[in-house]
This record gives sequence, C-alpha cells and structure tokens, in this order.
Amino acid sequence: MSQATIDSRLISDRSAPRRPLRLSWSDPRFRAIVWQVVILGGVAAIVWYLIDNTSRNLASRHIATGFGFLGRTAGIPIGESLISYNPALDTYGRALVIGVLNTLKVSVIGVVLATILGTLIGIGRLSKNWLMARLTAFYVETIRDLPLLLQLLFWYTILQGLPAPRNALSIGGVVYLSNRGLKLPTLNWESAHDATLLALLAGAVGTWWWNRRARLRQEATGERPAVWPVALALLVALPAGIWAILGAPFQWDIPALRGFNFQGGTNISPEYFALLLGLVIYTAGYTAEIVRSGIQAVAHGQWEAAGALGLKRGHILRHIVLPQALRVIIPPMTSQYLNLTKNSSLAVAIGYQDLVSIANTTLNQTGQAIEGIAVIMAVYLTISLSISLFMNWYNARIALVER
Amino acid sequence: MSMTTSVAPSLPIQSRGAPPGAGALAWMKENLFANWLSTAVTLVLGYVIVRVVVALVAWAVIGAVWSVPYSATGVPDTSVCMNAKGTGACWAVIADKYRLILFGRYPYAEQWRPALAVLIFIGLYVVSAMRRFWRKDLPLIWIAALTVVGVLMWGGVFGLSPVTDDYWGGLPITLILATFGLAFAFPLAILIALGRRSTQLPAVRMLCVVFVELIRGVPLISVLFMASVMFPLFMPEGVSIDKLLRAQIAVILFSAAYLAEVVRGGLQALPRGQHEAADALGLSYWKKTGFIILPQALRLVIPPLVNTFIGFFKDTSLVLIVGLFDLLTMGKVALSDPPWQSFSTEVYLALGVVYIAFCFAMSRYSRGLERELGASQRH
Repeated sequence: MSQATIDSRLISDRSAPRRPLRLSWSDPRFRAIVWQVVILGGVAAIVWYLIDNTSRNLASRHIATGFGFLGRTAGIPIGESLISYNPALDTYGRALVIGVLNTLKVSVIGVVLATILGTLIGIGRLSKNWLMARLTAFYVETIRDLPLLLQLLFWYTILQGLPAPRNALSIGGVVYLSNRGLKLPTLNWESAHDATLLALLAGAVGTWWWNRRARLRQEATGERPAVWPVALALLVALPAGIWAILGAPFQWDIPALRGFNFQGGTNISPEYFALLLGLVIYTAGYTAEIVRSGIQAVAHGQWEAAGALGLKRGHILRHIVLPQALRVIIPPMTSQYLNLTKNSSLAVAIGYQDLVSIANTTLNQTGQAIEGIAVIMAVYLTISLSISLFMNWYNARIALVER
Repeated sequence: MSMTTSVAPSLPIQSRGAPPGAGALAWMKENLFANWLSTAVTLVLGYVIVRVVVALVAWAVIGAVWSVPYSATGVPDTSVCMNAKGTGACWAVIADKYRLILFGRYPYAEQWRPALAVLIFIGLYVVSAMRRFWRKDLPLIWIAALTVVGVLMWGGVFGLSPVTDDYWGGLPITLILATFGLAFAFPLAILIALGRRSTQLPAVRMLCVVFVELIRGVPLISVLFMASVMFPLFMPEGVSIDKLLRAQIAVILFSAAYLAEVVRGGLQALPRGQHEAADALGLSYWKKTGFIILPQALRLVIPPLVNTFIGFFKDTSLVLIVGLFDLLTMGKVALSDPPWQSFSTEVYLALGVVYIAFCFAMSRYSRGLERELGASQRH
C-alpha cells in the first residue's frame, strides 16, 4: 500500500517539477492540507471532549486511575492455571498473566487441531465419493450458519449432562469422560525423558545441517547424497539409544476412581474442553473451504507437466503442487487463526478463565474499566500483530518470485 | 498434508462424472463404488449416517413430547418430558416458550408489532437481494423500512402504545443490531475505505489505517465491553445512553472496520483506467468517486458484503455477554424457568434452526450471485 504511494509520488516528482505551494483554494496541495487540518482537528476535538468528560466522571465517582491495581492482591479464584497461583497472596498482574496463558493455551492447540480437521474435511469435499463430498459439504454449510456462541453453549451443556465420575464413560480403561471433564493418562516424567528430548533436538539440528550439506553438494555437483539414513540415525536411533541407556523408564499414570472423583492422570476441564471443541469445529468449517480452494487453485496440468519431467509423486507434491497451493492457502488461513484467537474470548460465556474473563472480573472488582479494557485490547493487538507479522514473513518467503 | 497425494491428481475427473442418461446404477458405480477405497468409505459413512438419522428421528419425532399438561395456576407439569429424557425430545418447552424466545418481554398483547417488524426486515432483505432494486432508490427503501420498524417497536404515535427498549427482546433485537449496524456502518465504511486509499491526505490515511487495524485486531467482545462500561464515562454528567444504543454503536464501529476492508477490496479491484478516464474528463474527486468509482466498486463487493453481513448476524449473539436480550439470550432466559431447566438441547436446536434459516438463505444467495457476477465478468 505505502509502497505504491511512494512510487507514484516519485514518478510525479520526476515528470513535473514541484511548484511552490500557493495559498489559494485552487491549489490541490493547499486544499489537501486544509482538509487534513480540519479532519484531524475535528477528531482531536472529539477525543479531547471524551477524555475531558471521562476524567470529570472518574473524579466525581472517585474511581482511581493508573495501573497500580496490578500490584494489589487479586483474590480471584482461578480454576485452571499453567503457573502456580494463590488467590489470597497473588496479584491482579499475575492473575492477568494466567488469563493470557489460558487464552494462548486454547488458541495454540485450537489452531493446530482446526488446521488438521479443516484439511481433512477440505480434502473430503473434493472426494470423488459422492457421499463423502456431500457429507463434508453439509458439515461446512451447517457449522458456518450457526453462531459460535450458540455452539459453545450447546457443547458445554452436553458436557455438563455427562454422567458423574462414578459412571464415567471409559475408553479402554485409561481415558474417562465425565461431567468433571476429560481424564487422560500422563507419562511419569523422569530425567531420562529430558535427555531423550535433548537428543531429539540435537538430532533435528544435525539432520537440518546434513540436509543443507546435501543440497549444496547437489547444486555443486548434481549428485545428491542420501539423506534418509542419516536422518533415521539422528532422529530415531540417537534418542532411542539414549533412552535405552538411561534404563528406558516408561510408566503411565493412569486415572483411577477414588471416592467421588478420579485420582492421577491429568484433567481437561469441561469448560476448556467445550471451548476447544467449539472453536475447532467452528473454525474447521472455514479452514476446510480454504484448503479446498487452495488445492483446486493448482491446475491439473501442473501434475502432468511435472510427471512428464520424470519427477516422482512425492517430489511433485513437495516441490510443485504444495508450494503453489500454500501460496493461495496461507493468507486466508492467517486470518482464520486470528479469528480463532479472538473468538476464544467467548470463553467468558461458559466460565473458562481466559484473559477477557479475568480482566472482566478485575474491572468489576476494582471499578477501573478503562485500564481493564486497555489490558484486553493491548494483549489481543499484540497477539494479532505478531501472528500477522510472522505469517507475512512466511508468506513473503514462499511468495512467487516475479520479474 | 501428505493426504493431498491421493486427491489432488484426480480433481478434474470429478467434474466429468457419468455421462447423462447412463442410469442410476452407472451413476452409483461412478460416484459411490468406483474402487475398493470408495466402496469402503461409502459403506462406513452409509452405516454411520443411517444409524444417526434413525436415532435422531426416534429422538426428535417418534419419542418426542409435543405438549404437557398445565396445573390450574399455569405451571407446566414436565414429568412426561422427564420420563422421556434420553429417548425423546421435549418440544413442549418450545411450544410453551416460543413467544418469549422470539419477542422477549414485549407486552404480550402487542407482540404483533415485533412480529411485523421481523417481516419488514425479511422483506427488506428480499428487496435488497433483487437486482431490479439495485438503484439509487435502495437507500431510500432502507430508510423507510428502518423508520417503520422504529415506529412499530417504540410506538407512541398513531395510537400505538409506547414500549421502551427495556422490553424489547428476541429475534427483533438480533435483526435490529445486525441491520441497523449494516445501515449505519456502510456509509462510514465507504468513507474509511476512501480515506485509506487516499494519496493526497496522508494524515487521514493514517487515521483510517489505525482505526481499521485497531478494531480488527481485537475481539468484538472487547468492543462490546468498552461500549457497556466505558461509554457511560465518555458522556457529560447527567447524559446517559441506554444499553441497546451502546451495543448498537459498538456493532456499528466494529462492522465499519470490517466493511471498510471489503469496500477497499472493491476499490482495488477496479482497473486504474477508470480513475484516469474520469480524471481526463475533468471530474472533481467527489463526482469521480460518486458517479464512476463507487457504483462499479460496490457492485463487485456485493457477495463478500453478504458474507460479512452473515458474520454480523451471527456475531450479534455476543450481546448475551453484556446482558442484552437478543434471540440467544432469550433462549437462555427461557431455560432459567425451573420446570424447563434440563431441556437446553431442545431450545438450542430450535434457536439453531432460526439462525440457519437466515444464514443459509443469505449464503446461498451470495454464492449464486458470485457465480453470476463471475460468469458475466469473464467475457
């Protein structure tokens, strides 16, 4: 946008030398300056009027201003949190950080799952099988015609209507679904697992380096050294070997019913589960359409041309088709990811304590509405801008290089 | 991502299909049992669909309870529904509460007025959808229709008893928020889009960019919160704006940012030659914009405009969180009545049917239009 305007100005500068500004209504540049002064002045006057009213109202209602409340003890009970939290001691600031983490927790996992589900459904819509194509089309149409909030409330009441832990639905005796949420088994974490993860990380770096070396070699000599044996050794054999040397610990913590509730394993609360379910099912309806149009955007001739060059199927997909499809898919996908993140704020309606929910409680307790809303907006703006910056960078990286 | 392997190369075959007149059997062989994978998919999906449909019919129709007896004081006796729970739906809750859900706490005897308002809204959508009315009169039709809706809802003139908006609720609120939102946001959005495209006024362009990116970067719920808790602080002492108006302003500001991007898309899609030709004729900026640019640009963006409107229509349900009585909130209010508390599935499904009816019609229309406009542009 700004690039284009700069360009056009340069061109007009070159073609016509800049005349001195005349203080006359017939000079377009003078008119432009006057209009901008008038419009900006009007906006500034409105803003000043609102600020003046607000400060008067705040004074007459004896509402404090500033962010001092962030350091005060919150006293908000928080059900689930990724970091330790004690309502009697910890501050509003820490409570809000928990809110941000809870928002991120549902958004990040939601984005991953919505991408997977949306891809599957988008491919299903292109299926040659009539039943599959119809069913997925029905899914997309129905899900997109229902308000997300209605869907969230629906899933939440369904989850609340599940039997009590005593009669929980069990999947293979390790996963339990009840009105207290979803109980999953966890791995008993030991230092050997840390070492295995580190080895995997080192293996990934090594594979990347080896792959890069292979590419440079191919570019130089035309011969490509095999990558997969090294990748296999570094990514599978190395971590597995280290894990085995350290005694191969492998112990599951399986949830078991004790009294009225489950012990052991990890719990996914019904609020989080309902929110995640609703967000994923809703967003998948949109991502499916994006994936479908992305795949359809690659002409069939591309497959045939690449085949005629003698490329293998996997290579065609990786080097010819996917890069072209992704170019169509990524920009709208980014806005769906942003939508999912923003939609996670509906958590407040079903009692999952995300940022909006905690900030809302905070502003009700302290009465400092402006600061509370400023916190919400600042956090979402930061998330939105970082996602779009990252996706713009990625998009630029894979963009078609045109002359 | 690797799943694309099996599908992508077979794409164009799909459009080829069976030759016409080949008969049902040939069609089934082509589309349901083409190979062993397709056959397996058909069998599994067919089994699941039959099971689900049978269970759904058994629950929603065969085992359903359509009405319940009332005690002398008018309290419903829901024991029949309670017994049928799990095997049959209790549609009696809808039969008992549909007036409350659709029209809220509007005085019972006067509920023909919101009903008529809903019909006017639907008529307005139908008229706006017809190409015949895409003329200069369309804004006048909108102004007339929205004025009639306002008169019907508020009353106080023509012998209609006045009803303050504290008593409004249900479907009219949903339609009012979405439609008035569009009506007021659209002119604003055009100005913002023009401002954002302006090369002469960099300060105005900055202002428009900041507004659009700010609003689009935050969730609607935070704008609604802002409207409900911050607007009262903005007003001079003694002046208060009521809840519905505050939410309406929030919806307008929010819609304007999104619509501005839609309009900008149309402006960008217009060939440069149109600008240059208008300049060559010596038209002023506003004449050029009003007679040459906008009529063409807005025509281009009608399909995305309808899609955006579907979004607003669904998003109005968020006013539930700030305590306004739209369709979804009224469903929750109906569910707060003790005898009906455990029949939320039925109520949510009924609300879903209303939302789908509106959104499905609009999205079908938008897609049809997109095809038509796309086809007419190609030659």
